[in-house]
Amino acid sequence: MTAMQIVFLVIGAATLLGGVMVVVSRNLIHAALWLILSLAGVAALFVLLEAGLLAVVQVAVYIGAIAILIIFAVMLTRRVMADSGPAANPNWWAAALAALMIFAGLVVVFMQLPALGAAQAAPLAGDPEVLVEDLGRALVDVDRYVVPFEVASVLLLAALIGAVVVARPPEEPLPGEEGR
Amino acid sequence: MRPELLTWLIPLPPILAFFVIVLLTNRSNRLSHSIAIGAMLASWGMAMAVFWQAITTEHLGENPFAASLPWLPTGGGVLRFGVLIDPLSAITLFFVAWTCLAIFVYSVGYHNFGKQRDPEDRPGLPPRAGGIEPMYARFFAFISLFAFGMLTLVVSDNLLLLFIGWEIMGLCSYLLIGFWYGKDSARRAMVKAFITTRVGDVFMLLGIAYLYSATGTLNYREILFNEDVLAQLAAAPSGVLGMSTAGLIGLLLFLGTVGKSAQWPLHVWLPDAMEGPTPVSAMIHAATMVSAGVYLAVRFFPLLSAGWHEGGPLTTTMTVVAFIGAFTALFAATIAIAQKDVKRVLAYSTISQLGYMVAAVGIGAYVAAAFHLVTHAFFKALLFLGSGSVIHGMEHGVHKTHAHVDAQDMFNMGGLRKKMPITFVTFTIGGLALSGFPLVTAGFWSKDEILADAFANGHLAVFLTLALAALLTAFYTMRQITLTFLGQPRTEAAKHAHESVWTMTAPLVVLAVFAVAAGWVGIPEGFLGLRLGIPNWFHDFVGGTLLEHPPALAFNWIPLLTSVAVASLGLLIGWLVYRRQAAGAPDPLEKPLGAVYTAWKKKYGFDELYDFLFVRPLYWLAETFTYRWIDRGVIDGFLHGVAALALRFGAAFRNYFDKPVVNGFGDLVGETTKRAGRTFRSLQTGRVQQYLIVGLVFSGLLLSYILLFQP
Amino acid sequence: MIPLTWYLLLAAGLFCVGLYGVLARRNAVAILMGIELMLNAVNLNLVAFWRYITPTVIAGQVFAVIVFAVAASEAAVGLALIISIYRRRSTVVADEINMLKW
Repeated sequence: MTAMQIVFLVIGAATLLGGVMVVVSRNLIHAALWLILSLAGVAALFVLLEAGLLAVVQVAVYIGAIAILIIFAVMLTRRVMADSGPAANPNWWAAALAALMIFAGLVVVFMQLPALGAAQAAPLAGDPEVLVEDLGRALVDVDRYVVPFEVASVLLLAALIGAVVVARPPEEPLPGEEGR
Repeated sequence: MRPELLTWLIPLPPILAFFVIVLLTNRSNRLSHSIAIGAMLASWGMAMAVFWQAITTEHLGENPFAASLPWLPTGGGVLRFGVLIDPLSAITLFFVAWTCLAIFVYSVGYHNFGKQRDPEDRPGLPPRAGGIEPMYARFFAFISLFAFGMLTLVVSDNLLLLFIGWEIMGLCSYLLIGFWYGKDSARRAMVKAFITTRVGDVFMLLGIAYLYSATGTLNYREILFNEDVLAQLAAAPSGVLGMSTAGLIGLLLFLGTVGKSAQWPLHVWLPDAMEGPTPVSAMIHAATMVSAGVYLAVRFFPLLSAGWHEGGPLTTTMTVVAFIGAFTALFAATIAIAQKDVKRVLAYSTISQLGYMVAAVGIGAYVAAAFHLVTHAFFKALLFLGSGSVIHGMEHGVHKTHAHVDAQDMFNMGGLRKKMPITFVTFTIGGLALSGFPLVTAGFWSKDEILADAFANGHLAVFLTLALAALLTAFYTMRQITLTFLGQPRTEAAKHAHESVWTMTAPLVVLAVFAVAAGWVGIPEGFLGLRLGIPNWFHDFVGGTLLEHPPALAFNWIPLLTSVAVASLGLLIGWLVYRRQAAGAPDPLEKPLGAVYTAWKKKYGFDELYDFLFVRPLYWLAETFTYRWIDRGVIDGFLHGVAALALRFGAAFRNYFDKPVVNGFGDLVGETTKRAGRTFRSLQTGRVQQYLIVGLVFSGLLLSYILLFQP
Repeated sequence: MIPLTWYLLLAAGLFCVGLYGVLARRNAVAILMGIELMLNAVNLNLVAFWRYITPTVIAGQVFAVIVFAVAASEAAVGLALIISIYRRRSTVVADEINMLKW
């Protein structure tokens, strides 16, 4: 076992552990924090995969924005959490079963693809900076990926507006809300 | 105009009048009676013209006025309908026309034409206080129809047309007896009359059928004026009681006479028929309808007397006829003595006199029977109309004094000769004619001839019976006259009676003239031993109807003296017994005669006997057996059973097939869908995670399937 | 050195854990966290494939970048929805938001 493999195993274990704790924790803040651990682990894995930009973006977007957003949301909906019941709903066993089945299925699929089993990482062709520049250029190149890029931008805009609208407090009390 | 043509037209005006009154002039009383009387006048005029031509024709018997039309094609030939005026029908036509006309005119006054309609009078009940009859027009319609029936019967030349007229008169007598249908007694009387005459009519129809099957024709000339046919019928035995075919046919036809002319034993309807208005009694039961029975017997004398010759012993048929006639004459006369109602006396008197005529036919006195038929029609009609006038006067008195006395009871009358002189004189003339008062009344001549014939041919039993009956006739007639007109009024009502209007008294006068004079046409040639030199016109004329002209009788003192004696004696005794009848006193005969009187008063119990023997069993048959058992029990029971069965079947069908299977199936479909829906909707929990799990599981399974089996 | 399958297995595992979280957790925010895990697993998968199969074609990374954007927007909208629902129904338990129930 090489050093990279050991590093990979440790990071992988941490990520998985974080993930499992996210779905098991009763306390949502704890779950959010475990999520941050998972996300960080994924960022580390990106680094291992020599996708440096993505690692940074992962940290900035996921951990810096989404996880924080989640923590905000937890805090905004916190009042109810005090008397909540079990963390999982009554069908958790069916969910576990489904997850296990899918995992098993995926594993089977992987085993059937022999090329994957022995794949080794070939050395990267160019410098990391060239990679990043290439990525940048690819995103705005008319012949390449500008359309998805723009569409994603529009999506973000729509999401932004939509989130604002949806989360707006109601102007007057909605019918049925009185007395609640 | 040729007499045959006129004869066809004679019955026509009254039937037209009937339809016009019924359909058009129902509401107008004046118009109705004018049309009826006008029609009768037209018929009378034509009848007189035909009669005049008939009596001025030589040998009418051999060459009668005849005409016929082919009517009904039968298997072998054609049944012809036609008219025939031979001497018998000529004289019948004469008296029918006169009496009917008189009665029509009388009816105007009898039904109080010209008086106001009393607002309390109901149609169907007689007017109580002298108001006009509410059903005035209907009455005239009915008597017009009646006149049509009688005239058709008289002028017909065959038995079938006679029977048609016979039945029409039967219908009219039913309608007119029950004219005041609001009275229960009238309703019962009308049914009784119809049913009783029907019994006779059934036998008559048998006779007609038998005659037709024996000879193939029903025409009078072809049967009665035909020597061969008569001889053949007389020779062929019928197998019944040793009578010849002719005898049996004659007997069957005679039974029709027994019904129609109210002879014993079918006499019970005629007294009850007095429920009808008096003109009806006069017309139907004195002058015309009952005379039709005797007319039939006289017409078919050749058949009745087939095998008999003048002076020989009587055939079986003739014996039966004579017996019934003589018996009825005496029987009815005895009952008449004990009757209180003025019309009842006359009813039984009619039965008795018809018995005379029938007895005359039975002993072979053909001409005498016809003669008495004519004279009786006149004086009996006179007597009935006179009694109607008396009753009207009494009713006026009842109304005036507000008394509750029976206006028809003779014991409530008395002294009416002063109040109603014309009625008194004419009634007395009629009564004397009925009694056979010598020389000046028609009844004397005709009755005397019957007695003479009976005596001359040695039928002493008949002679004595008829003589005794004549004595009783005179007695009860004088009883009637004395009680009604002579003496003093016995009630207040009688004191206030008054004479009737001219439309009632004028016909009385006309009939009285005939009652006196009609006998003089039949004075025997050798009367009282005198050679009068005048031939007996009636005998010569009517005798010509037969093939063999019946010989005239030689004059004999004994029947004449007997006749005069019984008439005078009867009249005298009647006057003596009743001239001092006091008000409220019982009939002087009641005590001395005791049980006999009661028997006469109760009409020998024949009504009760027939009720027991025939009426009650028939009611039982109709009411219980046919109606309750068969109709309601069997037929209705069957229907109800079928209905119940159908209902049960339907219910079973519904409950065991329709509801469970059909409904059940339909409900099942719906129910299954509902249950399936209810079951499946539990999938919709609204919980997103469940949807996701399910979707995931299924897509996973699908994927595995595709990947593993790679189809 | 590190076989591709290791990355794939890790991603598969992470994905299934995230799936379990989505399907089994009661709290709506927790479900969203599970979704984030799943998206991360996907990203990991994508980048691993890029590195090992087609390192010269930049499309793998581009794909991952787009996934980032989508994940972010989806998280934002989702949380906005949760807050809105919370405001109206005072609950964030997914089982209690069952108005589409029969």
